[in-house]
Amino acid sequence: MLRLNIIVLSYPTSTSILNKYCKFVSTKEKKIMAQTVLHTANTRGAADHGWLKSFHSFSFAGYYNPERINFGALRVLNDDFVTGGMGFGEHPHDNMEIISIPLEGALQHKDSLGTTATIKSGEIQVMSAGTGVYHSEYNPDAANPAKFLQIWVFPNKRNVDPRYDQITIDATTRNEFVQILSPNADDAGVWIYQDAWFNMARFDAATAKTYSLHKEGNGAYIFVLKGSIKVDGQDVDTRDGFGIWDTDKFEIIANTDAEFLIMEVPMKF
Amino acid sequence: MTADSKKQKQMTNILIVCTNQPIAATIGRLIDKMEGWHAAVALSLNDALEHCYAKTYDVILIGSGISQEHEDVLNLHLEKLNAKTPVVKHYGGGSGLLYAEIYQALVKK
Repeated sequence: MLRLNIIVLSYPTSTSILNKYCKFVSTKEKKIMAQTVLHTANTRGAADHGWLKSFHSFSFAGYYNPERINFGALRVLNDDFVTGGMGFGEHPHDNMEIISIPLEGALQHKDSLGTTATIKSGEIQVMSAGTGVYHSEYNPDAANPAKFLQIWVFPNKRNVDPRYDQITIDATTRNEFVQILSPNADDAGVWIYQDAWFNMARFDAATAKTYSLHKEGNGAYIFVLKGSIKVDGQDVDTRDGFGIWDTDKFEIIANTDAEFLIMEVPMKF
Repeated sequence: MTADSKKQKQMTNILIVCTNQPIAATIGRLIDKMEGWHAAVALSLNDALEHCYAKTYDVILIGSGISQEHEDVLNLHLEKLNAKTPVVKHYGGGSGLLYAEIYQALVKK
């Protein structure tokens, strides 16, 4: 393959052949070079604090796995279950983009910026910790648990002024990627200090779509909330995580009715 | 060598460099809770340099308010001191993220 490449390149007049051939090589190389990682649900770190049950896709708290520290700029993906009336006491963060996505129930948020807000299922919350922020999160419903995803992304800019935002996300669209986060304040969803794009998707069984990465050097980590999908030929089931990088696009096919989150982040940052 | 100094030598000494005093204090408390770990806090670059010239640390954590330029200056001084202390960024302290970053730094040391 390499020898052929050199031969073609030595004939600059054959531009049409060269372009055709390079395109072929390029597509072929991207296909060959795409790298993937599968984190099945049962291999995640688990913590049971009584009031909090949490599954960690990456090293967190008492769960330390040197093979699972981060996926590019994605540092934390926690699948949390908070008992009614309980929650996280006040604690600090700095220089981290913190995204919360409630899956069931609600969380009451208070922070040192003066924000008091309740975030419920169907919404997304973002906090840029920047120079430092203290916050607490409680499940205000004493009778029912709250389930939510806690996601931390390394920022591309340190020591910014802390900020907080929350919005309602589109929970009705089916068989499309619904953007819920980007680096751009005027784009759909919330924004963060990182070249990251998050999409939520609800697919009917047998739906197939191609996801195109927004930026060269980015990878995508797909977390399945419900059902089963096939990503780049790999079956990914409920609560599994699948990372793919060194490619510019990949195909997702729903094996069953499925709901999943695609987190596109820079692999080097 | 006294028993105390022996014990001190076996400790993993961690310097937190962070201009946000309450956050630095929280990190310090979390580190001190870990068996065999001891935290010291520096609230400025100059303070950090004083610490580094006075004692060898196993890990230095860079927190909020410390710019890349200050981190570079700190690394230059560590080089001068021939100290192979890893300097890593940290992100608050309300969770276990802190520990993984420190473990990683200690492994790489």
